[in-house]
Amino acid sequence: MRRALLIIVPYCWLLALFLIPFAIVFKISLSDIAIAIPPYTPTLDFDAGWQGLKNFAKALDFENFLFLTTDALYWKAYLSSLRIALISTLLTLLIGYPIAYGMANAPDHWRPTLIMLVILPFWTSFLIRVYSWMGILSTEGYLNQFLIGIGIISDPLAILNTNTAVYIGIVYTYLPFMILPIYSILERLDGSLLEAAEDLGCSRISAFWLITVPLSRNGIIAGCFLVFIPVIGEFVIPSLLGGSNTLMIGKVLWEEFFNNRDWPVASAVAVILLLILIVPIILFQRNEQRQREAES
Amino acid sequence: MKHLTWFSATSLALGFAFLYLPMIILVIYSFNASKLVTVWAGFSTRWYGELIQNEAFLDAAWVTIRVAVASSTLATILGTMAAYTLVRAGRFTGRTLFSGMIYAPLVMPEVITGLSLLLLFIGIGLDRGIFTIILAHTTFSMCFVSVVVSARLVAFDRSLEEAAMDLGCAPMEAFRFVTLPIIAPAVISGWLLAFTLSLDDLVIASFTAGPSATTLPIKIWSSIRLGVSPEINALSTILIGIVTVGVISASLISKRGAIRRQNEEQAALRA
Repeated sequence: MRRALLIIVPYCWLLALFLIPFAIVFKISLSDIAIAIPPYTPTLDFDAGWQGLKNFAKALDFENFLFLTTDALYWKAYLSSLRIALISTLLTLLIGYPIAYGMANAPDHWRPTLIMLVILPFWTSFLIRVYSWMGILSTEGYLNQFLIGIGIISDPLAILNTNTAVYIGIVYTYLPFMILPIYSILERLDGSLLEAAEDLGCSRISAFWLITVPLSRNGIIAGCFLVFIPVIGEFVIPSLLGGSNTLMIGKVLWEEFFNNRDWPVASAVAVILLLILIVPIILFQRNEQRQREAES
Repeated sequence: MKHLTWFSATSLALGFAFLYLPMIILVIYSFNASKLVTVWAGFSTRWYGELIQNEAFLDAAWVTIRVAVASSTLATILGTMAAYTLVRAGRFTGRTLFSGMIYAPLVMPEVITGLSLLLLFIGIGLDRGIFTIILAHTTFSMCFVSVVVSARLVAFDRSLEEAAMDLGCAPMEAFRFVTLPIIAPAVISGWLLAFTLSLDDLVIASFTAGPSATTLPIKIWSSIRLGVSPEINALSTILIGIVTVGVISASLISKRGAIRRQNEEQAALRA
């Protein structure tokens, strides 16, 4: 009895506030925009009974989805989000792996401090971390002041409001998500394997590629998912650091909802985004579950 | 004993410089006297003074703290229950769906979560305000709590609980006196995580807040969209300071706890 309660309470909470809302998003994506409160039509009329339900179902259509295919803005935004997410995941991996490797190979008594140093930015406000780059990258910002000061460039570089700034912002804010899963695998790596390889004549570098990298595979996969999936829908970074030509679907959805007040189209954008994400999310969840079962 | 190779040392130095330089620059320039943020014009605490007198910021901060305390406490209770279910309940109908609903919010783009919750609140006719932000924050942060707590529960030796029950403890007592103290560090860090996630959230709060409630991130957002401002630098410095003190003291406390446990274990072995 008590066991049942333990399951039911969080289960129902998530059903009501996580799953059912998606059903509502789907329903509204089939509706039409209207000048009313709430700003869409049809709304379900319970008093009209069966007939009301039928009228309601008849008024739903896939018009908004058709609209998404006719306007190039949307599919370009989806593609551009995927590209930005893919490139920035690779960049984060390239920068994060050496850091995780360095942490795992640091003297034991350094490790708690190093972990804390990686986690600390993660606890600091995301918004503030993105904001801190605005002052660095702007035309009269600290980076340009520095580069002009030491004489590398004579004219300031335009970095803020470009895709470069978006990549820098994503790598910077998502780096801890890449470092921590990789570190937790590398830390437990059996050092005798590397010694054995070296005894058998393997060079250090090939031992790294043949042993360390394959064994840290699960950490790399987890880290990449933790960066890739949320970045696709990222809104804050492209809005603050990106320019007018930075197309990302999270930003499109936000503007559709808050600026154009077109809730049905915003919902349709969300439904498609969810369909794109469902495969990576399921793969991520499988990976997590496998890892948990391997540990227990 | 390991020694740092030059490769590890370089990657650590560069990595941490990248992670910390932007925030250090932000902190330094928050003490800049000039209104032009990027031009240094001498030391001053002027912007802190103006910040303290800015009532809109103070109100937003108060709303944010109330939301964070309420949602992280709720999320900790629900998340711990969910973790228990995930680790202990074995197979039950809908288990895959349940674990899917736990893991999906961890990576779900905030715009989708925010939009879907808003449409739910509108659909059931709930007035938007502090209460709806609390519901929204509880929902996504309980998943983070349950991941943190279930990691600890997996490592937990169940025979301790069984021993307590063999010695006559009721299941609830065994939980209260054996399990809870052991998983407490994870529960506390889960709470802290939920608390910071709530403090930090802009997107979900923007969707679910409605016009009546403004949280600190919403307030910060509306002012930085127009560019860097010295007041926001000062505010950021205060927030960075609070987090730094919090994280360092939490890690010192847990380190002391670990040393104490180690001593106790050694004493027990000697006895």
